[in-house]
Amino acid sequence: MQRIRRLPMFALGMLLLVAGTTALRAADVAPTVLAMPCTGCHGPDGASPGAMPSIAKTSAADMTAKLKAFRAGTVEATVMTRIAKGYTDAEIDAIGQYFAALPH
Amino acid sequence: MTTTSTRRDFLLQGGATATLALAATPARAAARGRILVIGGGFGGATCARFLRRFGPDLEVTLVEPNETFITCPFSNAVIGGLIEMSAITHSYDGLRKAGVNMVRDSVAAIDAEKRNVRLAGGATLPYDRLVLSPGVDFKWGAVEGYDEAAAQIMPHAWTAGAQTVLLRRQLEAMPDGGVVVMTIPANPYRCPPGPYERASLIANYLKTRKPKSKLILLDAKDNFSKQGLFVEGWKQLYGPLLEWIPFAQNGNLVRVDPAAMTVYTEFGEQKGDVVNVIPPQRAASLVHTAGLTGGGDWCAINPTTFESKITPNIHIIGDSIIAGAMPKSGFSAGSQAKVCAFAIAALQGGETPSAPSFINTCYSLVAPDYGITVVDVFRATPDGSIAAVQGAGGVSPTGASAAFRKQEAEYARGWYASATTEMFG
Repeated sequence: MQRIRRLPMFALGMLLLVAGTTALRAADVAPTVLAMPCTGCHGPDGASPGAMPSIAKTSAADMTAKLKAFRAGTVEATVMTRIAKGYTDAEIDAIGQYFAALPH
Repeated sequence: MTTTSTRRDFLLQGGATATLALAATPARAAARGRILVIGGGFGGATCARFLRRFGPDLEVTLVEPNETFITCPFSNAVIGGLIEMSAITHSYDGLRKAGVNMVRDSVAAIDAEKRNVRLAGGATLPYDRLVLSPGVDFKWGAVEGYDEAAAQIMPHAWTAGAQTVLLRRQLEAMPDGGVVVMTIPANPYRCPPGPYERASLIANYLKTRKPKSKLILLDAKDNFSKQGLFVEGWKQLYGPLLEWIPFAQNGNLVRVDPAAMTVYTEFGEQKGDVVNVIPPQRAASLVHTAGLTGGGDWCAINPTTFESKITPNIHIIGDSIIAGAMPKSGFSAGSQAKVCAFAIAALQGGETPSAPSFINTCYSLVAPDYGITVVDVFRATPDGSIAAVQGAGGVSPTGASAAFRKQEAEYARGWYASATTEMFG
């Protein structure tokens, strides 16, 4: 029953993915909203308390260069090569500036 | 309409450095009101903390019946004997320090018209906006014979706490050569790869402590999350000790008999020395009695604000909603909670909420030094759902080196440290 009901939703989602990829990358996502999922792994404001690399106190230039290298696959990583592909140049720039501007 | 926040954020994207400090601490001084959050898990605790951050003048109250929070993430490591309960138990003191008013109680009734919540303890709390993050409940009786009494004999351990300890004690008490049976439900349920991580860590326990034993998985599905990676790891690490029986091979559970420690599928039966039944699930009863599911099992929400599609001023996050393609996970709940908090701060300040962006990163341990992941980036779709960004995300590579698997296992523990620190301080 649940499986049957979920199938059309999934199919619709796939259709939208094909038809509306640009719509998914809405230009009006606030930098804070783009950046805040990052801290789920990298810790509060990017300061990791454990084994995850810390991204706090990283310059915007370093952050954007690294994210773009992950996206291009020129730097190896476990998950970041997969995550970085979900962001445009402008979005990566906004994320880099967001973390660089946090009070240290 | 151009709002303060979007103008500020637009300028940021254009590189106007003068606005950087403002945008980095997007506190909306104008945001006022009483925000009541129900449920202190990954969704509710994250939302309460970020509401205080995005709207320092908001009055934020979190209602939670338990004194501490015990996470489902890493409860499989407790069951497998790798860590203790204390490692997954968290105090709410950090939220109190962040200015969240903690109320230890549970909800008796929601009055959406009067905008208040009556608590079991008798108090009535008014709200301007209500955030519900109540998680899942089990569909008791959906599997014949499986009720709350049966769960004391055949634990589900799908909410972390006493059930986690019960399952671990049963495994510890089982003699070498015993049979452990796990039953796994159809989608959707909390934490899609969770049963398979649990199977892995039980298999790891058996292999190292009780190697003559066997683990049998009876699955209501033919396919599951990170399947290729789990199966690759199982073959390499556990061999015939672990046997997965899919739906197509008569894996679908229909009845249990706790007295006989036997479970029944459509055409067969299996006896176990330890039986772990992960039951079918639906949104917590709270949202059903409040009329927020429209008669279905789950809630429908607006992906920009997480406001209910049925009742205004009630926002719902986490496992009790269908959030398009987002899986029911602690990471998803936290990602949704931040978007919800940002949107509520905007709305209470008279601004237009930003379009959302989410990530789900889900680590599973196949063994203590063998981690695997699935990740996705999610955005809202034009039709008001949530979809994964095409060309991004996906699972860890198959055939990766031992060093890669070990690194992901270390990052699994790193994720846990970061996520729980972000929530609880």
